[in-house]
Amino acid sequence: MSRAGKNTLYRILLIGPALLAITIFMIVPLGLMAYISFRGRDYSGGVVWDQFTAEAYVRLFFERELDGTLALNFNYMAIILRSVWLSFLTMVISLAVGLPVAMFMATRDRKWKAVLVFMVTLPFWTNLLVRNYAWILLLRDHGTINSALLWLGIISEPLPLLHNAFAVAVGLTYSFLPFMVLPIYASLEKIDLKLVEASFDLYANRWQTIKRIILPLAYPGIVAGCVLVFVPALGAYITPELLGGGKTLMIGNLIGFQFGAARNWPFGAALGLFLLMLVLTSLWLYARRYRGEMERSP
Amino acid sequence: MRLNPFRSRAFPGDARHWPGLFTATAAFFAYVYLPILILIALSFNENRTVTIWTGFSLDWYRMAFSNRDIVSATTNSLIIASVASVSATTLATLAALRMASNDRFLGKTGINAVFALPITVPEIVPAVATLMFFASLGFTFGLGTVIIGHIVFCIPFAYLPIRARLEGMDPKIGEAAADLYANPVQAFWRVTLPQLVPGILSGLVLAFIISLDDFVTTFFLGGAGSTTLPIYIFGLVRTGVTPEVNAISSLMLLLSLSLVSLSLFLGRDQNRKTGPD
Amino acid sequence: MKTTNRAGLHSVKLLIASAVALSALGGSASAAGELNLYNWSNYFAPELLERYEKETGTKVNIDSFASEEDLLAKLQAGGGGYDVIFPGTTTLGVMVEKGMLAKIDVNQMENFKNLLPAFTTIAGDEDRAYSAPYMWGTTGFSYDPEMVPGGALEESWKEMFEPRDELKGKIAMLNEMSDVWNAAAFYTGVSKCTEDPAEAQKILDLLMAQKPHVKLYSNDGTIDRMIAGEVAVHMQWNGASHRVKEKKPNVVYVYPKEGTTFWTDVIAVPKDAPNLEEAKKFVNWMMSPEVAAIASNYTGYSNAVAGSGEFLKEDLRADPAVNTPEEYNDRLRAFENCSPASKDLREKVWTKLKS
Repeated sequence: MSRAGKNTLYRILLIGPALLAITIFMIVPLGLMAYISFRGRDYSGGVVWDQFTAEAYVRLFFERELDGTLALNFNYMAIILRSVWLSFLTMVISLAVGLPVAMFMATRDRKWKAVLVFMVTLPFWTNLLVRNYAWILLLRDHGTINSALLWLGIISEPLPLLHNAFAVAVGLTYSFLPFMVLPIYASLEKIDLKLVEASFDLYANRWQTIKRIILPLAYPGIVAGCVLVFVPALGAYITPELLGGGKTLMIGNLIGFQFGAARNWPFGAALGLFLLMLVLTSLWLYARRYRGEMERSP
Repeated sequence: MRLNPFRSRAFPGDARHWPGLFTATAAFFAYVYLPILILIALSFNENRTVTIWTGFSLDWYRMAFSNRDIVSATTNSLIIASVASVSATTLATLAALRMASNDRFLGKTGINAVFALPITVPEIVPAVATLMFFASLGFTFGLGTVIIGHIVFCIPFAYLPIRARLEGMDPKIGEAAADLYANPVQAFWRVTLPQLVPGILSGLVLAFIISLDDFVTTFFLGGAGSTTLPIYIFGLVRTGVTPEVNAISSLMLLLSLSLVSLSLFLGRDQNRKTGPD
Repeated sequence: MKTTNRAGLHSVKLLIASAVALSALGGSASAAGELNLYNWSNYFAPELLERYEKETGTKVNIDSFASEEDLLAKLQAGGGGYDVIFPGTTTLGVMVEKGMLAKIDVNQMENFKNLLPAFTTIAGDEDRAYSAPYMWGTTGFSYDPEMVPGGALEESWKEMFEPRDELKGKIAMLNEMSDVWNAAAFYTGVSKCTEDPAEAQKILDLLMAQKPHVKLYSNDGTIDRMIAGEVAVHMQWNGASHRVKEKKPNVVYVYPKEGTTFWTDVIAVPKDAPNLEEAKKFVNWMMSPEVAAIASNYTGYSNAVAGSGEFLKEDLRADPAVNTPEEYNDRLRAFENCSPASKDLREKVWTKLKS
């Protein structure tokens, strides 16, 4: 077989299985959802299959007045923007907290590395709901943290730690930290410590070493970690409800609500696809920029 | 380096001992484990609430063991998470091996996007659609359908760390190995795979914990006999969560700890046989 | 470099091995003479399960769901494999209308005569051809007398929707669209099935004005929250309020005078139930007084079977939250199936409240 033919064969054998799994069990269903988003809404839930309408997409931005005219409505956009902002915040905090940990892990002995990888994920063998309850207990007015601070005399009134944006950020970051730490660790692990030490001879400055040696090495891991934190955080809804107080919907609740109590499947599908487009577009823009940079640099 | 990694003397250029790195990591683990300690403590609580401590008792462990719904839900969770994470990691590793190479081919960026697809939409959308798809094919719902669903959304969690690991890895190593070993399969097992292990391990544990905590996909794709721990726990909304749930969570931690210790113990044996590094 | 990560590699192998072992274990389920129930978690007495198994030789399995709307969506999308399901009033009507349930003629069953008269009919299944009642409850609110001024509150939704200054920020609502909408409709005197946008606006205004004083909206952990004293007043299901009293006996459950939602969880059989005959037997069995009482004793909610009272635990009988005093009967408002236009309005109000 020719070299090129062999290459293609390997490509199919290696990439094929995963691609096939995602195509059959993800792309086909999403195609079905795209179809549903253009069908009529059955008010009892489900879909009116023989009716074509773009009503679901109109609803994203407009609401119908009594007389049937359309008026602009930013309720849904506000929910989407808030979710994006919160996920972004979660991602940034996770990165700030996770990077040093990943560096620490990557520079240990190999016996310690395995132990640390498991230590990072061990807490997540417990259930999300009880983890959130534990946070409630820590953060509430008469909770562990406030009691400790009061007892130490640092504060005289309990701090409002629960049911606000702070609590949501703490809780979401907590849930997604391993997804930031481990990919960065995996890409940093190949770091050659001699390289770092050599860089000291050249630059003699820690910050320079981080910027010129460590960050470029960690870069693929940082990208992977950011995707794994940002995107799933968009869909989170248990933590925002329990720690944030459920006063505002997240995009995850909003979509779930359409398939549940609101019984508006086409709109749920349209919201899901809108979000999909949003995420894919930003990933694509990012990939294009990244490739551009790669080509410019020697 | 045989010294305790946390204690050795630092010299200015030594990246292992940068000041702050250890402190940051210690703070991180305090943050991660503080709620877990509280969760464990409450599994020994004598009253039925999960947020108020009144006294010590082992009742909730006894009750969790005799509650057959909890026991079967836990077993289901472990089966699903193990099978799904291992399968997804295998598929992801194969794909990443090819995708991380430097050659360009048609649709590479597109395929990368496809691998991220399962996490780009809130779960409920693909979950309902997959359910409709399976129903139209006449599938019987149960552990099998749930596992298929989990494998699909676990793929990105395994794929991204593995690809991150592979990216920028020196392709010459693979080529050199191919020269050394006549057989490409041998070259893969002896050289490429050991190099990849940190990525695979990261991907595997991430896939495992994401599967273990899943609610939506499991709920929709499940059938008779496939209730998992998260579904059981969320279903408690009518009657309230009790420390039974904390007890079973603590037992899961214990299980995880013993698996890890066992693997380290066996690993140590193997290292001794192969000699020092 | 070659020897790195042996330990890691080993743990990978170990995980693979344990996965294979575990999946072998799981493959041994499914046998003849099984009955698969689908219910909320901890909402069915294990004692009953064992009893039924002993009496009939049928193995009973229980699976859990967490919201009846999700259950409806799952069945509509074609999911299932269950013999007996336990939906609520909000979704029962749709299930009947869409032909998702088997017509099991509950009204012809031997034990149907045991039902309390009020439960021989239900919105969505008026002649009880498809469903038998399981548990019923109310959605009112609970308060802790030690945390409210004067130690008592009026029996009115006013205390929640237009709270006194002392209670502002100490109120928790359920995060359930229909419960919140209904309560607000009762308080404003608007029909809960209203199709008039101006009336819906009145409800929205009330809820928006209340929102700053609400500490949180949540269905989870209502019991703990009351016991811990995180809030003074909590919109709550009566069975949950009963559980609060186990720890705080002074807590009061209020049936607001403007109207209190009264809901029923029912027992029904999906159209494609694998074991239809056994399922029918089971439904009939559930309507016998002693069985119903055991179910109530376990869940902490009332049942609809006459004569079950004598088997009830004393604390259930003595608790007005569970055993609704007769003078409150005229405050209870049953479920009504509202028009699509009305449902659309409530959904808009809910989204605006939460955006």
